[in-house]
This record gives sequence, structure tokens and C-alpha cells, in this order.
Amino acid sequence: MKKLINNPDDVVREALQGTAAAHPDLKVFFDPHYIVRADAPVQGKVGIVSGGGSGHEPMHGGFVGMGMLDAACPGEVFTSPTPDQMLEATKAVSGGAGVLHIVKNYTGDVMNFEMAADLGKAEGIEVEAVVIDDDVAVQDSLYTAGRRGVGATVLAEKLTGAAAEAKATLAEVAELCKKVNDQSRSMGMALTSCVTPSAGKPTFELGDDEMEIGIGIHGEPGRERKKLAPASGIIEQIAGTIIGDLPFKQGDEVLAFVNGMGGTPLIELYVVYNELTKILDGKGVKITRNLIGSYITSLEMAGCSITLLKLDDELTKLWDAPVKTSGLRWGV
Amino acid sequence: MSDSTISGADVVRWIQVYASTIAENRDYLTQLDSAIGDGDHGTNMNRGMSAVIEKLDGATGDDVGGLLKTVGMTLVSKVGGAGGPLYGTLFMQMGAATTGKSDLAMGDWAKAVDAGLKGVQARGKAEPGDKTMIDALTPAAEALSKAAAAAASLSDALRSAAQAAEEGMKATIPLVARKGRASYLGERSAGHQDPGATSSFLLMKTAADTFADAGRPRADRKNE
Repeated sequence: MKKLINNPDDVVREALQGTAAAHPDLKVFFDPHYIVRADAPVQGKVGIVSGGGSGHEPMHGGFVGMGMLDAACPGEVFTSPTPDQMLEATKAVSGGAGVLHIVKNYTGDVMNFEMAADLGKAEGIEVEAVVIDDDVAVQDSLYTAGRRGVGATVLAEKLTGAAAEAKATLAEVAELCKKVNDQSRSMGMALTSCVTPSAGKPTFELGDDEMEIGIGIHGEPGRERKKLAPASGIIEQIAGTIIGDLPFKQGDEVLAFVNGMGGTPLIELYVVYNELTKILDGKGVKITRNLIGSYITSLEMAGCSITLLKLDDELTKLWDAPVKTSGLRWGV
Repeated sequence: MSDSTISGADVVRWIQVYASTIAENRDYLTQLDSAIGDGDHGTNMNRGMSAVIEKLDGATGDDVGGLLKTVGMTLVSKVGGAGGPLYGTLFMQMGAATTGKSDLAMGDWAKAVDAGLKGVQARGKAEPGDKTMIDALTPAAEALSKAAAAAASLSDALRSAAQAAEEGMKATIPLVARKGRASYLGERSAGHQDPGATSSFLLMKTAADTFADAGRPRADRKNE
């Protein structure tokens, strides 16, 4: 393992200390761990809280700020945060209009957020939770934990954050979050494994000439392992699966999100975006907004994911609204 | 058998033995979890049980229910992942079932384990055969109720529960996972023992080991 760390046990705490030092417009708490925007709670505004295991930066802590999340709860690396963190974050951002929990669909995250919602309600705070499950690599059935929450989480955090800033009600913000999830589909691929600091070795073995199609953001296995191929063929398979799943149709307007897994340079993500535009052009699907960069990562994993969100006027306007976080920033 | 009860001090000792057993098996549990999950079960449980031991420092066990609730709350706030809410709920429900008691007769213990199991099922929504900790806890709880109904001795009941949990744990090997991260593997999850069922078997085994001499007359017992 080659990592810029001191001690594997201290990575999350020391990164949070760095976050606190770098961003005076955030308040970082350590017992338990959570990050809130410094002006929280904003009176009369729905509070937006998310959280999950660490190791996916900038998600979620990098998305705390005006126009996006009010608070984020970082767990240990790739481990769900705990209900006490979520409860403290919920109380800190409760401005009287209720609090939305945005939860990625993993067994641990869902159960911990359920307990936190119960605790929040017991304290008199109105809490709604929406589970994000956009990963088409997983077959959704009664016999699995369901589809995983991946790229759509970033989009849901931005769009609900914008709606909350415009003083939408809790019911409206929750409905919007469900709509974003319903209209999004994602899939990823890996060229190399991630290495968690505590394990110190690759989460999975992948040959020098192999790739994993359908990878999860914790290195969970995908749909198939195959020989490395040119970007055009890889993106054709991933985009084709995503397009066919919703399905995205001729005439649709979409937000295309090309995400790096942490170890892939931006130049390669633009190669991916170029391939994606050709495929969508061929299908008559029009990209009207895009996001390209590493926003929901898996430590140092090399690879990418693609998320498509079907847009309408409401979502486009919310996407364009100002946002001021360390991870996403425009219009301010 | 009416005089053979589990004292609050026995319960404290059980928690301590479980914590050291988890520490000894940390790498084994993590290795089982790496095969079909995300490879953190041993690390997470060890972090949680270490925090429990700190929290219980000086605890006397006068109130078994309160003690078990503290264990549960500590696990919920320290473990994270799926293990935190599930083991936390298990202990909190066992605590709710034993509120105010300073020692437990076998029937109390059987009811506590059953309440814990029901809590885990309600939280995780797993059924027997889904390849989870339920597969070790269900047969253990059944063995305890059966032993309680048959007025078996406490140590025999605990042994039969531990044995049933072990059989349940081993029976997870051929199963295809239908809950948790292992379910993403589908058929590929078969052939591996479930890490949650394993840590649950250890819970029942350490109970049998620690409470075994609770069945003997008090005068003969050690550590008291």
C-alpha cells in the first residue's frame, strides 16, 4: 500500500481536520463526526442531510454549502455512518421546515438512517428519507438488496439543495428527490482496484489487461470481467445498458454526468465524454447539461461511471441555480 | 434447576469474553466478509466491542436490562455499516426484555434471546435462509425455548443453543445470499460461510462457555 497517510485509523479524522482548516464556511464536529454549513440552521428552509462511508470524496462533505447539502455525515472508510451522527446533523440543520435525508441504497446506510429518522422524529423534527438506487449493473429483484445508489446521489443533492434554497416544502423536496432518482440511471467500470487504508491491499484482484464492467463504488463486483478494450467499445456497452434501462428515447433532453472513480485523469474522462456524445447523438438524445470530473469516487480506483438524468424545465432551472460548495461551485 | 440462574456479574463477564473472542477472530471475520461482502465485519465489530468494554468499566450488572441496553446503544453508535444497527438492536431488545432484573432464570434468557432475534428481523427484514445472522440466531432461540419448556438444566440448554447456532452457521455455506452486500454476488455467494452468522454463533458459544458454571451451586462457583 502506498498512501499519503499517517496511520490508517486516523485517516477520516485527519481529513476532517484538514477540511475544517481549509473551509471556514463549514463547521466540522468530531464527537461524533459531521459537517454543517456555518450558517445552519437556515430558518424556514428544509435541511438537506446526506452521509455515507468515507472514501468517496468530494461526496458528501464536499457538497455541503449554499445550494446543496446543509450537512454531511462521514462514516469510516466504506462503512455507513451511525445514527448518532445523523441525529446531531439533523438537529443542527433543522430550521423549522423539516429535514430530508438522502440515503444511498446499501443495507447499512438504509438501516442507520432509519434509526436516525426515528430518533429525529422523537425529538419533534419532521424527517423524510429518500433512498437513491440508480445503478443498473445490479439486477433489481426481491432476492437482492436492490440497486445501489451511485452517481444520481450527486445530482439529487444539487437539485434538492437548489429547491430547498428556493423555500420548497419538505414534501416538495422529497418528491423532487424521488423524481431525480426515478429519471436517473448509472453504471460504472474499473481498470484497477481501490485499496482501503485498513485492509492495506487491493479489494479485488484484476489482471493488468482486464477490466470489471458494472463495478460498485466500494469495489463490489460488477456484471462481468473482460479484456481491456478501446474506450469506444467500453462506453458503447455502458451507455447502451443505461439508455435501454429507463429507457432514454429519441427527443429526450438529458444531463450527462461522466464521473471519475478517483484514479483516472480528466483527459480520459473527456475521451469518455466524446464517445458518449457520439452514442447519444446517434440515438437522438440531446445532452443539454453536463458534469465531467471525479465527484463520487472509490479511493484510488481507476475507472469511470456514467449517469444520465432525463431533464425537464424544472430540473434544468434547479441545476443552473447557484451553488457554493468546495466540490461544486457556480453562479456565485 | 430453579437455583441455577445467570447473575448480572455473569452477563458482564459474557460481554467481556465476547469482546475478547471478537478481537481474536477479527481477521477471520474480516476474511469471511472479504469473500462475499466488503471486508470490514471483523474490524467494525472489534471497534464496537472495544468501545463497549470501555463503557462497561466498573459495571456491576445490578440491572441486567440496563446493562444490555448500554451495550446495544454503544454498538449502534460505534460499529456503523449493517452490523451496528443489527447487533445494536439485538442487545437493546434483549435489554428491554430483561428490564429491572438482577439475575436471569433460564426462561428469562430464552425470552431475551427471542426478543433480540425478533428485533434483528424487524430491523433487517431478513428471513431464515437469506444467509444472514438470522440463520444462526433462529435455531439457537428455538433450542432455548424448547429446553425451557422441557425444564432442561441451564448448562444443557446453553450448550444446545450454541450447537444449534453452529449448525445454522455452517448451513449458510451453500446458501445464495438474498440480503446485504453479498446479495449483489447472486449465485457467486454460495460456497462461503456468512460472517454475520459466524459472529452470532460466537455470541451463543461465549454465552454457553461463560454461563456454564452458573448451573452449579453458587458455593462451588469461581470468580465470585
